[in-house]
Amino acid sequence: MRGFLSVYKREIISYFSTPLAYVFLVIFLFFSHWLPFQRNFFELRTASMWLFFDGLPLLFIFLVPAMAMRLWAEERGSNSIELLFTLPITVPAAVLGKFFAAWTVLIIALALTCPMVLTVSYLGNPDWGPIVTGYLGSVLLAGAYLAIGSFFSSITRNQVIAFVLAVVGCAVFLYAGSPTVLGVLHRAFPMGVVEAVESLSFRGRFEDMQRGIVALRDLAFFVFLPAGWLAANIVVLRRR
Amino acid sequence: MIEVKGLRKSFGPIVAVDDVSFSVGQGDVLGFTGPNGAGKTTTMRMLSCFLRPDAGTATVAGYDIIDESVNVRRNLGYLAENVPAYNEMTATGFLKFVCDARGINGSKRRQAIERIAETCSITGVMHQLIGTLSKGYRRRVGLAQTLIHDPPVLVLDEPTDGLDPNQKFEVRKLIKNLAKERCIIVSTHILEEVDAICNRMIVMDRGGIRADSTPRELREEVGGSLDDIFLTLTTGETAGRSDAAKPEPADAREGGGQ
Ligand SMILES: Nc1ncnc2c1ncn2[C@@H]1O[C@H](COP(=O)(O)OP(=O)(O)O)[C@@H](O)[C@H]1O
Ligand SMILES: [Mg+2]
Repeated sequence: MRGFLSVYKREIISYFSTPLAYVFLVIFLFFSHWLPFQRNFFELRTASMWLFFDGLPLLFIFLVPAMAMRLWAEERGSNSIELLFTLPITVPAAVLGKFFAAWTVLIIALALTCPMVLTVSYLGNPDWGPIVTGYLGSVLLAGAYLAIGSFFSSITRNQVIAFVLAVVGCAVFLYAGSPTVLGVLHRAFPMGVVEAVESLSFRGRFEDMQRGIVALRDLAFFVFLPAGWLAANIVVLRRR
Repeated sequence: MIEVKGLRKSFGPIVAVDDVSFSVGQGDVLGFTGPNGAGKTTTMRMLSCFLRPDAGTATVAGYDIIDESVNVRRNLGYLAENVPAYNEMTATGFLKFVCDARGINGSKRRQAIERIAETCSITGVMHQLIGTLSKGYRRRVGLAQTLIHDPPVLVLDEPTDGLDPNQKFEVRKLIKNLAKERCIIVSTHILEEVDAICNRMIVMDRGGIRADSTPRELREEVGGSLDDIFLTLTTGETAGRSDAAKPEPADAREGGGQ
Protein backbone atom coordinates (compact mmCIF):
# COMPACT_ATOMS: atom_id res chain seq x y z
CA MET A 1 0.00 0.00 0.00
CA ARG A 2 2.85 2.34 0.86
CA GLY A 3 4.49 1.58 -2.46
CA PHE A 4 1.23 2.15 -4.32
CA LEU A 5 0.58 5.50 -2.61
CA SER A 6 4.11 6.78 -3.13
CA VAL A 7 4.01 5.94 -6.84
CA TYR A 8 0.50 7.35 -7.21
CA LYS A 9 1.49 10.59 -5.52
CA ARG A 10 4.69 10.96 -7.51
CA GLU A 11 2.82 10.46 -10.77
CA ILE A 12 0.09 12.95 -9.91
CA ILE A 13 2.70 15.54 -8.93
CA SER A 14 4.57 14.86 -12.13
CA TYR A 15 1.40 15.30 -14.26
CA PHE A 16 0.55 18.63 -12.70
CA SER A 17 4.04 20.05 -12.23
CA THR A 18 4.79 19.63 -15.94
CA PRO A 19 2.59 20.86 -18.82
CA LEU A 20 1.48 17.28 -19.44
CA ALA A 21 -1.85 17.31 -17.60
CA TYR A 22 -2.76 20.82 -18.73
CA VAL A 23 -2.07 20.17 -22.39
CA PHE A 24 -4.04 16.97 -22.16
CA LEU A 25 -6.99 18.62 -20.43
CA VAL A 26 -7.16 21.50 -22.90
CA ILE A 27 -7.00 19.24 -25.94
CA PHE A 28 -9.53 16.86 -24.49
CA LEU A 29 -11.96 19.62 -23.53
CA PHE A 30 -11.63 21.23 -26.92
CA PHE A 31 -12.29 18.11 -28.96
CA SER A 32 -14.91 16.63 -26.65
CA HIS A 33 -16.96 19.81 -27.06
CA TRP A 34 -16.10 20.52 -30.65
CA LEU A 35 -17.16 17.10 -31.93
CA PRO A 36 -20.80 17.29 -30.75
CA PHE A 37 -21.20 20.85 -32.01
CA GLN A 38 -19.69 19.80 -35.27
CA ARG A 39 -22.43 17.24 -35.50
CA ASN A 40 -25.24 19.75 -34.99
CA PHE A 41 -25.77 19.50 -31.29
CA PHE A 42 -28.36 22.29 -31.37
CA GLU A 43 -30.25 21.08 -34.38
CA LEU A 44 -30.87 17.76 -32.71
CA ARG A 45 -33.35 19.73 -30.62
CA THR A 46 -33.25 17.32 -27.73
CA ALA A 47 -31.65 18.13 -24.44
CA SER A 48 -29.34 15.14 -24.30
CA MET A 49 -25.65 14.37 -24.02
CA TRP A 50 -25.93 11.66 -26.61
CA LEU A 51 -23.69 13.31 -29.19
CA PHE A 52 -21.08 14.09 -26.56
CA PHE A 53 -20.80 10.50 -25.37
CA ASP A 54 -20.98 9.17 -28.89
CA GLY A 55 -17.75 10.91 -29.87
CA LEU A 56 -15.76 9.77 -26.84
CA PRO A 57 -14.74 6.23 -27.87
CA LEU A 58 -13.04 7.59 -30.98
CA LEU A 59 -11.50 10.58 -29.21
CA PHE A 60 -10.18 8.34 -26.45
CA ILE A 61 -8.55 6.05 -29.00
CA PHE A 62 -5.98 8.78 -29.61
CA LEU A 63 -5.92 10.68 -26.36
CA VAL A 64 -5.72 7.81 -23.88
CA PRO A 65 -2.76 6.09 -25.59
CA ALA A 66 -1.08 9.51 -25.67
CA MET A 67 -1.52 9.59 -21.92
CA ALA A 68 -0.47 5.98 -21.43
CA MET A 69 2.54 5.82 -23.71
CA ARG A 70 4.90 7.41 -21.24
CA LEU A 71 3.88 5.26 -18.27
CA TRP A 72 6.57 2.60 -18.65
CA ALA A 73 8.38 3.39 -21.88
CA GLU A 74 9.70 6.60 -20.32
CA GLU A 75 10.87 4.79 -17.18
CA ARG A 76 12.68 2.31 -19.38
CA GLY A 77 14.11 4.90 -21.73
CA SER A 78 15.58 7.02 -18.93
CA ASN A 79 16.39 3.93 -16.88
CA SER A 80 14.61 5.40 -13.87
CA ILE A 81 12.94 2.00 -13.76
CA GLU A 82 16.16 0.76 -12.15
CA LEU A 83 15.66 3.28 -9.38
CA LEU A 84 11.96 2.50 -9.02
CA PHE A 85 12.40 -1.24 -8.66
CA THR A 86 15.35 -1.05 -6.30
CA LEU A 87 13.17 0.88 -3.87
CA PRO A 88 10.96 -1.35 -1.73
CA ILE A 89 8.08 -1.09 -4.19
CA THR A 90 6.55 -4.21 -5.68
CA VAL A 91 5.72 -4.46 -9.37
CA PRO A 92 1.93 -4.65 -8.83
CA ALA A 93 2.06 -1.60 -6.55
CA ALA A 94 3.96 0.40 -9.17
CA VAL A 95 1.74 -0.72 -12.06
CA LEU A 96 -1.44 0.10 -10.14
CA GLY A 97 -0.04 3.37 -8.80
CA LYS A 98 0.73 4.59 -12.27
CA PHE A 99 -2.52 3.28 -13.71
CA PHE A 100 -4.70 4.94 -11.09
CA ALA A 101 -2.79 8.21 -11.33
CA ALA A 102 -3.33 8.40 -15.09
CA TRP A 103 -6.95 7.32 -14.64
CA THR A 104 -7.40 10.11 -12.11
CA VAL A 105 -6.30 12.64 -14.71
CA LEU A 106 -8.75 11.15 -17.22
CA ILE A 107 -11.54 11.31 -14.65
CA ILE A 108 -10.68 14.94 -13.93
CA ALA A 109 -10.88 15.57 -17.67
CA LEU A 110 -14.34 14.02 -17.79
CA ALA A 111 -15.42 15.95 -14.70
CA LEU A 112 -14.39 19.18 -16.38
CA THR A 113 -16.98 18.59 -19.08
CA CYS A 114 -19.72 19.42 -16.54
CA PRO A 115 -20.50 22.77 -18.26
CA MET A 116 -21.88 20.60 -21.03
CA VAL A 117 -24.27 19.01 -18.55
CA LEU A 118 -25.26 22.44 -17.27
CA THR A 119 -25.90 23.63 -20.82
CA VAL A 120 -28.09 20.65 -21.55
CA SER A 121 -30.09 21.07 -18.37
CA TYR A 122 -30.47 24.77 -19.10
CA LEU A 123 -31.66 24.16 -22.65
CA GLY A 124 -34.22 21.58 -21.76
CA ASN A 125 -35.27 18.91 -19.41
CA PRO A 126 -32.78 16.11 -19.87
CA ASP A 127 -33.21 12.52 -18.85
CA TRP A 128 -30.64 12.22 -16.09
CA GLY A 129 -30.32 8.44 -16.16
CA PRO A 130 -28.43 8.19 -19.46
CA ILE A 131 -26.21 11.11 -18.47
CA VAL A 132 -25.10 9.43 -15.27
CA THR A 133 -24.61 6.03 -16.88
CA GLY A 134 -22.97 7.70 -19.88
CA TYR A 135 -20.36 9.21 -17.58
CA LEU A 136 -19.93 5.90 -15.78
CA GLY A 137 -19.40 4.20 -19.14
CA SER A 138 -16.90 6.89 -20.18
CA VAL A 139 -14.87 6.47 -17.01
CA LEU A 140 -14.81 2.69 -17.45
CA LEU A 141 -13.96 2.96 -21.14
CA ALA A 142 -11.10 5.32 -20.36
CA GLY A 143 -9.81 2.85 -17.78
CA ALA A 144 -9.98 -0.02 -20.25
CA TYR A 145 -8.07 1.94 -22.91
CA LEU A 146 -5.57 3.03 -20.30
CA ALA A 147 -4.85 -0.54 -19.21
CA ILE A 148 -4.22 -1.50 -22.84
CA GLY A 149 -1.94 1.51 -23.25
CA SER A 150 -0.09 0.77 -20.03
CA PHE A 151 0.63 -2.76 -21.21
CA PHE A 152 1.99 -1.65 -24.58
CA SER A 153 4.07 1.00 -22.86
CA SER A 154 5.75 -1.70 -20.80
CA ILE A 155 6.97 -3.77 -23.72
CA THR A 156 9.11 -1.05 -25.30
CA ARG A 157 11.37 1.80 -24.34
CA ASN A 158 10.17 3.80 -27.33
CA GLN A 159 7.13 5.96 -26.59
CA VAL A 160 6.13 6.32 -30.24
CA ILE A 161 5.96 2.55 -30.65
CA ALA A 162 4.00 2.31 -27.41
CA PHE A 163 1.53 4.91 -28.70
CA VAL A 164 0.99 3.26 -32.08
CA LEU A 165 0.53 -0.21 -30.62
CA ALA A 166 -1.89 1.12 -28.02
CA VAL A 167 -3.97 2.94 -30.64
CA VAL A 168 -4.19 -0.24 -32.68
CA GLY A 169 -4.98 -2.30 -29.57
CA CYS A 170 -7.75 0.05 -28.49
CA ALA A 171 -9.16 0.24 -32.02
CA VAL A 172 -9.34 -3.53 -32.22
CA PHE A 173 -11.34 -3.70 -29.03
CA LEU A 174 -13.60 -0.87 -30.10
CA TYR A 175 -14.32 -1.88 -33.67
CA ALA A 176 -14.49 -5.63 -33.08
CA GLY A 177 -18.14 -5.07 -32.34
CA SER A 178 -19.00 -2.89 -35.32
CA PRO A 179 -21.56 -4.28 -37.77
CA THR A 180 -19.04 -4.19 -40.63
CA VAL A 181 -16.49 -6.32 -38.82
CA LEU A 182 -19.08 -8.71 -37.51
CA GLY A 183 -20.56 -9.00 -41.00
CA VAL A 184 -17.20 -9.99 -42.45
CA LEU A 185 -16.53 -12.45 -39.64
CA HIS A 186 -19.97 -13.94 -40.08
CA ARG A 187 -19.12 -15.05 -43.60
CA ALA A 188 -15.95 -16.86 -42.59
CA PHE A 189 -16.48 -18.13 -39.05
CA PRO A 190 -19.15 -20.00 -37.11
CA MET A 191 -21.61 -18.04 -35.04
CA GLY A 192 -19.75 -18.83 -31.80
CA VAL A 193 -16.65 -16.98 -32.94
CA VAL A 194 -18.67 -13.99 -34.09
CA GLU A 195 -20.42 -13.83 -30.75
CA ALA A 196 -17.17 -14.18 -28.85
CA VAL A 197 -15.65 -11.29 -30.79
CA GLU A 198 -18.74 -9.19 -30.26
CA SER A 199 -18.68 -9.89 -26.54
CA LEU A 200 -15.07 -8.69 -26.31
CA SER A 201 -15.92 -5.39 -27.90
CA PHE A 202 -16.30 -2.12 -26.02
CA ARG A 203 -18.78 -0.77 -28.47
CA GLY A 204 -22.06 -2.45 -27.64
CA ARG A 205 -21.45 -2.17 -23.92
CA PHE A 206 -20.65 1.50 -24.11
CA GLU A 207 -23.69 2.18 -26.27
CA ASP A 208 -25.91 0.41 -23.76
CA MET A 209 -24.57 2.61 -20.99
CA GLN A 210 -25.13 5.65 -23.15
CA ARG A 211 -28.76 4.63 -23.33
CA GLY A 212 -28.97 4.25 -19.58
CA ILE A 213 -28.64 0.48 -19.40
CA VAL A 214 -26.09 -0.84 -16.94
CA ALA A 215 -25.83 -4.60 -16.92
CA LEU A 216 -23.80 -6.38 -14.29
CA ARG A 217 -21.92 -8.36 -16.93
CA ASP A 218 -20.89 -5.10 -18.63
CA LEU A 219 -19.52 -3.79 -15.36
CA ALA A 220 -17.72 -7.07 -14.79
CA PHE A 221 -16.28 -6.84 -18.29
CA PHE A 222 -14.91 -3.36 -17.64
CA VAL A 223 -13.30 -4.60 -14.44
CA PHE A 224 -11.85 -7.87 -15.68
CA LEU A 225 -10.62 -6.75 -19.08
CA PRO A 226 -8.39 -3.95 -17.70
CA ALA A 227 -7.35 -6.25 -14.86
CA GLY A 228 -6.19 -8.76 -17.45
CA TRP A 229 -4.13 -6.19 -19.34
CA LEU A 230 -2.61 -4.91 -16.12
CA ALA A 231 -1.78 -8.46 -15.06
CA ALA A 232 0.04 -8.91 -18.38
CA ASN A 233 1.75 -5.60 -17.72
CA ILE A 234 2.95 -6.93 -14.35
CA VAL A 235 4.19 -10.15 -15.91
CA VAL A 236 6.20 -8.21 -18.51
CA LEU A 237 7.81 -5.99 -15.88
CA ARG A 238 8.65 -8.93 -13.64
CA ARG A 239 10.68 -10.53 -16.39
CA ARG A 240 13.89 -8.59 -15.90
CA MET B 1 26.12 -9.28 5.49
CA ILE B 2 26.24 -10.15 1.82
CA GLU B 3 26.52 -13.79 0.82
CA VAL B 4 26.61 -14.48 -2.89
CA LYS B 5 26.21 -18.09 -4.01
CA GLY B 6 26.69 -19.14 -7.62
CA LEU B 7 25.06 -16.14 -9.27
CA ARG B 8 24.65 -16.43 -13.00
CA LYS B 9 23.01 -14.18 -15.56
CA SER B 10 23.07 -14.21 -19.32
CA PHE B 11 21.58 -11.89 -21.92
CA GLY B 12 20.86 -14.00 -24.96
CA PRO B 13 24.17 -15.52 -25.97
CA ILE B 14 26.23 -13.26 -23.67
CA VAL B 15 27.02 -14.74 -20.28
CA ALA B 16 27.42 -11.56 -18.24
CA VAL B 17 27.91 -13.18 -14.83
CA ASP B 18 29.03 -16.77 -14.59
CA ASP B 19 28.84 -18.61 -11.28
CA VAL B 20 29.99 -15.81 -9.00
CA SER B 21 30.29 -16.40 -5.25
CA PHE B 22 31.73 -14.21 -2.53
CA SER B 23 30.83 -12.76 0.82
CA VAL B 24 31.21 -9.39 2.47
CA GLY B 25 30.95 -8.77 6.19
CA GLN B 26 30.06 -5.85 8.40
CA GLY B 27 32.74 -3.18 8.39
CA ASP B 28 34.04 -4.34 5.03
CA VAL B 29 34.45 -2.07 2.05
CA LEU B 30 34.78 -4.28 -0.97
CA GLY B 31 36.39 -2.85 -4.08
CA PHE B 32 34.72 -4.49 -7.05
CA THR B 33 37.04 -4.09 -9.99
CA GLY B 34 37.43 -5.41 -13.48
CA PRO B 35 37.50 -4.13 -17.05
CA ASN B 36 34.35 -2.83 -18.72
CA GLY B 37 31.96 -5.63 -19.54
CA ALA B 38 33.34 -7.83 -16.77
CA GLY B 39 29.89 -8.19 -15.22
CA LYS B 40 30.20 -5.87 -12.23
CA THR B 41 27.07 -3.88 -12.95
CA THR B 42 25.08 -7.01 -13.71
CA THR B 43 26.16 -8.57 -10.40
CA MET B 44 25.19 -5.42 -8.51
CA ARG B 45 21.85 -5.25 -10.28
CA MET B 46 21.10 -8.75 -9.11
CA LEU B 47 22.09 -7.89 -5.53
CA SER B 48 19.80 -4.87 -5.61
CA CYS B 49 16.93 -7.04 -6.92
CA PHE B 50 16.67 -5.18 -10.21
CA LEU B 51 17.68 -8.22 -12.24
CA ARG B 52 16.62 -11.74 -11.42
CA PRO B 53 19.49 -14.23 -11.57
CA ASP B 54 19.24 -17.17 -13.97
CA ALA B 55 20.81 -19.37 -11.33
CA GLY B 56 22.22 -19.06 -7.85
CA THR B 57 21.12 -16.61 -5.23
CA ALA B 58 22.41 -14.26 -2.58
CA THR B 59 21.42 -12.95 0.79
CA VAL B 60 21.69 -9.31 1.74
CA ALA B 61 21.37 -8.42 5.44
CA GLY B 62 20.05 -11.93 5.95
CA TYR B 63 17.32 -11.76 3.33
CA ASP B 64 17.20 -13.73 0.11
CA ILE B 65 17.31 -11.55 -3.01
CA ILE B 66 14.72 -13.68 -4.80
CA ASP B 67 12.26 -14.67 -2.09
CA GLU B 68 12.53 -11.65 0.20
CA SER B 69 13.36 -8.94 -2.25
CA VAL B 70 11.32 -6.21 -0.57
CA ASN B 71 13.21 -6.75 2.69
CA VAL B 72 16.50 -6.72 0.83
CA ARG B 73 15.58 -3.41 -0.77
CA ARG B 74 14.59 -1.96 2.60
CA ASN B 75 18.05 -2.67 3.97
CA LEU B 76 20.00 -1.70 0.93
CA GLY B 77 21.18 1.61 -0.46
CA TYR B 78 21.88 1.21 -4.15
CA LEU B 79 23.50 3.76 -6.39
CA ALA B 80 23.08 2.60 -9.96
CA GLU B 81 25.52 3.27 -12.76
CA ASN B 82 24.70 6.59 -14.49
CA VAL B 83 22.48 7.61 -11.54
CA PRO B 84 18.96 7.14 -12.80
CA ALA B 85 16.49 9.72 -11.41
CA TYR B 86 13.33 11.55 -12.41
CA ASN B 87 14.58 14.51 -14.40
CA GLU B 88 11.33 16.46 -14.21
CA MET B 89 11.44 16.52 -10.41
CA THR B 90 13.33 18.84 -8.10
CA ALA B 91 15.91 17.28 -5.80
CA THR B 92 13.56 17.89 -2.86
CA GLY B 93 10.58 16.36 -4.64
CA PHE B 94 12.66 13.38 -5.62
CA LEU B 95 13.95 12.75 -2.10
CA LYS B 96 10.43 13.17 -0.73
CA PHE B 97 9.28 10.45 -3.09
CA VAL B 98 12.12 8.16 -1.99
CA CYS B 99 11.20 8.80 1.66
CA ASP B 100 7.53 8.02 0.97
CA ALA B 101 8.48 4.79 -0.75
CA ARG B 102 10.67 3.88 2.22
CA GLY B 103 8.06 4.77 4.81
CA ILE B 104 9.85 7.82 6.22
CA ASN B 105 6.98 10.21 6.91
CA GLY B 106 6.05 13.52 8.45
CA SER B 107 8.64 15.36 10.50
CA LYS B 108 11.04 12.40 10.19
CA ARG B 109 10.99 12.94 6.47
CA ARG B 110 11.85 16.61 6.76
CA GLN B 111 14.68 15.85 9.15
CA ALA B 112 16.01 13.04 6.98
CA ILE B 113 16.06 15.28 3.92
CA GLU B 114 17.72 18.14 5.78
CA ARG B 115 20.34 15.82 7.23
CA ILE B 116 21.13 14.09 3.94
CA ALA B 117 21.26 17.37 2.00
CA GLU B 118 23.91 18.48 4.44
CA THR B 119 25.86 15.22 4.27
CA CYS B 120 25.88 15.18 0.48
CA SER B 121 26.38 18.97 0.12
CA ILE B 122 23.32 19.52 -2.05
CA THR B 123 21.57 22.13 0.11
CA GLY B 124 22.05 24.74 -2.61
CA VAL B 125 20.41 22.77 -5.40
CA MET B 126 17.46 21.29 -3.57
CA HIS B 127 14.93 23.29 -5.58
CA GLN B 128 16.54 22.74 -8.94
CA LEU B 129 15.17 20.23 -11.45
CA ILE B 130 17.33 17.11 -11.46
CA GLY B 131 17.49 17.19 -15.25
CA THR B 132 19.29 20.53 -15.10
CA LEU B 133 21.92 19.54 -12.53
CA SER B 134 25.59 19.16 -13.40
CA LYS B 135 26.98 15.65 -13.35
CA GLY B 136 28.59 16.05 -9.95
CA TYR B 137 25.42 17.34 -8.31
CA ARG B 138 23.32 14.71 -10.01
CA ARG B 139 25.58 12.04 -8.55
CA ARG B 140 25.33 13.61 -5.10
CA VAL B 141 21.54 13.65 -5.31
CA GLY B 142 21.83 9.99 -6.28
CA LEU B 143 24.00 9.38 -3.23
CA ALA B 144 21.46 11.20 -1.07
CA GLN B 145 18.78 8.84 -2.39
CA THR B 146 21.06 5.89 -1.60
CA LEU B 147 21.79 6.97 1.96
CA ILE B 148 18.59 8.63 3.10
CA HIS B 149 17.27 5.62 5.03
CA ASP B 150 20.63 4.96 6.68
CA PRO B 151 20.91 1.44 5.25
CA PRO B 152 23.23 -1.19 6.72
CA VAL B 153 24.30 -2.38 3.27
CA LEU B 154 25.47 -0.17 0.42
CA VAL B 155 26.04 -1.12 -3.19
CA LEU B 156 27.61 1.69 -5.16
CA ASP B 157 28.22 1.29 -8.89
CA GLU B 158 31.06 3.55 -9.92
CA PRO B 159 30.18 6.32 -7.46
CA THR B 160 33.06 8.55 -8.53
CA ASP B 161 32.77 8.06 -12.28
CA GLY B 162 32.85 11.37 -14.16
CA LEU B 163 33.51 13.50 -11.08
CA ASP B 164 36.29 16.07 -10.84
CA PRO B 165 39.19 15.32 -8.47
CA ASN B 166 37.72 17.35 -5.61
CA GLN B 167 34.38 15.65 -5.90
CA LYS B 168 36.08 12.26 -6.06
CA PHE B 169 37.91 13.09 -2.87
CA GLU B 170 34.64 14.12 -1.19
CA VAL B 171 32.82 10.97 -2.20
CA ARG B 172 35.68 8.76 -1.04
CA LYS B 173 35.75 10.55 2.28
CA LEU B 174 32.01 10.03 2.60
CA ILE B 175 32.30 6.31 1.87
CA LYS B 176 35.12 5.96 4.38
CA ASN B 177 33.04 7.65 7.05
CA LEU B 178 30.15 5.34 6.35
CA ALA B 179 32.22 2.19 6.47
CA LYS B 180 32.37 1.37 10.17
CA GLU B 181 28.95 -0.04 10.90
CA ARG B 182 28.12 -1.05 7.39
CA CYS B 183 28.89 -3.38 4.58
CA ILE B 184 29.78 -1.64 1.35
CA ILE B 185 30.49 -2.79 -2.19
CA VAL B 186 32.02 -0.17 -4.49
CA SER B 187 32.68 -0.90 -8.11
CA THR B 188 35.38 1.07 -9.80
CA HIS B 189 38.10 0.73 -12.31
CA ILE B 190 40.27 3.29 -10.63
CA LEU B 191 42.66 1.19 -8.62
CA GLU B 192 44.01 3.97 -6.44
CA GLU B 193 40.46 4.28 -5.19
CA VAL B 194 40.56 0.68 -4.04
CA ASP B 195 43.77 1.46 -2.20
CA ALA B 196 42.26 4.55 -0.65
CA ILE B 197 38.98 3.18 0.69
CA CYS B 198 38.74 -0.60 0.45
CA ASN B 199 39.91 -3.34 2.78
CA ARG B 200 38.81 -6.04 0.35
CA MET B 201 39.23 -6.39 -3.38
CA ILE B 202 37.66 -8.58 -6.02
CA VAL B 203 38.87 -8.62 -9.60
CA MET B 204 36.26 -9.72 -12.10
CA ASP B 205 36.75 -10.50 -15.75
CA ARG B 206 34.45 -11.93 -18.39
CA GLY B 207 31.78 -12.82 -15.88
CA GLY B 208 34.00 -14.63 -13.40
CA ILE B 209 36.02 -13.77 -10.32
CA ARG B 210 39.77 -13.75 -10.94
CA ALA B 211 40.88 -12.72 -7.47
CA ASP B 212 39.20 -12.28 -4.09
CA SER B 213 41.59 -10.93 -1.52
CA THR B 214 42.80 -7.70 0.05
CA PRO B 215 44.75 -5.04 -1.82
CA ARG B 216 47.80 -5.74 0.37
CA GLU B 217 47.77 -9.49 -0.03
CA LEU B 218 47.31 -9.20 -3.74
CA ARG B 219 50.35 -7.03 -3.92
CA GLU B 220 52.38 -9.51 -1.95
CA GLU B 221 51.19 -12.56 -3.86
CA VAL B 222 51.30 -11.31 -7.40
CA GLY B 223 53.82 -8.56 -6.98
CA GLY B 224 53.95 -5.12 -8.56
CA SER B 225 51.41 -2.35 -8.32
CA LEU B 226 47.67 -2.88 -8.34
CA ASP B 227 47.64 -1.81 -11.98
CA ASP B 228 50.06 -4.58 -12.85
CA ILE B 229 48.07 -7.12 -10.90
CA PHE B 230 44.92 -6.01 -12.65
CA LEU B 231 46.54 -6.40 -16.05
CA THR B 232 47.93 -9.82 -15.19
CA LEU B 233 44.61 -11.10 -13.90
CA THR B 234 42.42 -9.77 -16.65
CA THR B 235 44.58 -10.26 -19.73
CA GLY B 236 46.99 -12.95 -18.68
CA GLU B 237 49.99 -10.78 -19.50
CA THR B 238 52.69 -10.38 -16.90
CA ALA B 239 52.94 -6.64 -17.17
CA GLY B 240 55.14 -5.89 -14.18
CA ARG B 241 58.16 -7.82 -15.27
CA SER B 242 57.89 -7.46 -19.02
CA ASP B 243 57.57 -3.68 -18.89
CA ALA B 244 61.07 -3.22 -20.21
CA ALA B 245 60.52 -5.61 -23.09
CA LYS B 246 57.23 -4.15 -24.13
CA PRO B 247 57.23 -1.06 -26.29
CA GLU B 248 53.88 0.38 -25.08
CA PRO B 249 53.23 -0.77 -21.55
CA ALA B 250 51.22 2.33 -20.79
CA ASP B 251 48.82 1.62 -23.63
CA ALA B 252 48.45 -1.97 -22.64
CA ARG B 253 47.65 -0.86 -19.14
CA GLU B 254 45.15 1.61 -20.49
CA GLY B 255 43.43 -1.17 -22.43
CA GLY B 256 43.19 -3.38 -19.38
CA GLY B 257 41.76 -0.61 -17.29
CA GLN B 258 39.10 0.46 -19.75
N1 LIG C 1 20.56 -5.43 -20.48
C1 LIG C 1 21.55 -6.06 -21.16
N2 LIG C 1 21.29 -6.64 -22.34
C2 LIG C 1 22.26 -7.28 -23.02
N3 LIG C 1 23.53 -7.39 -22.61
C3 LIG C 1 23.86 -6.81 -21.45
C4 LIG C 1 22.90 -6.11 -20.66
N4 LIG C 1 23.50 -5.66 -19.55
C5 LIG C 1 24.80 -6.05 -19.63
N5 LIG C 1 25.01 -6.73 -20.77
C6 LIG C 1 26.29 -7.34 -21.18
O1 LIG C 1 26.80 -8.06 -20.09
C7 LIG C 1 28.19 -7.90 -19.98
C8 LIG C 1 28.55 -7.39 -18.61
O2 LIG C 1 28.13 -6.04 -18.49
P1 LIG C 1 28.25 -5.19 -17.16
O3 LIG C 1 27.70 -5.99 -16.04
O4 LIG C 1 27.61 -3.88 -17.43
O5 LIG C 1 29.80 -5.03 -17.00
P2 LIG C 1 30.64 -3.97 -16.15
O6 LIG C 1 29.72 -3.24 -15.24
O7 LIG C 1 31.65 -4.79 -15.43
O8 LIG C 1 31.28 -3.05 -17.13
C9 LIG C 1 28.61 -6.99 -21.11
O9 LIG C 1 29.08 -7.77 -22.17
C10 LIG C 1 27.33 -6.30 -21.49
O10 LIG C 1 27.35 -5.97 -22.86
MG1 LIG D 1 29.39 -1.19 -15.08
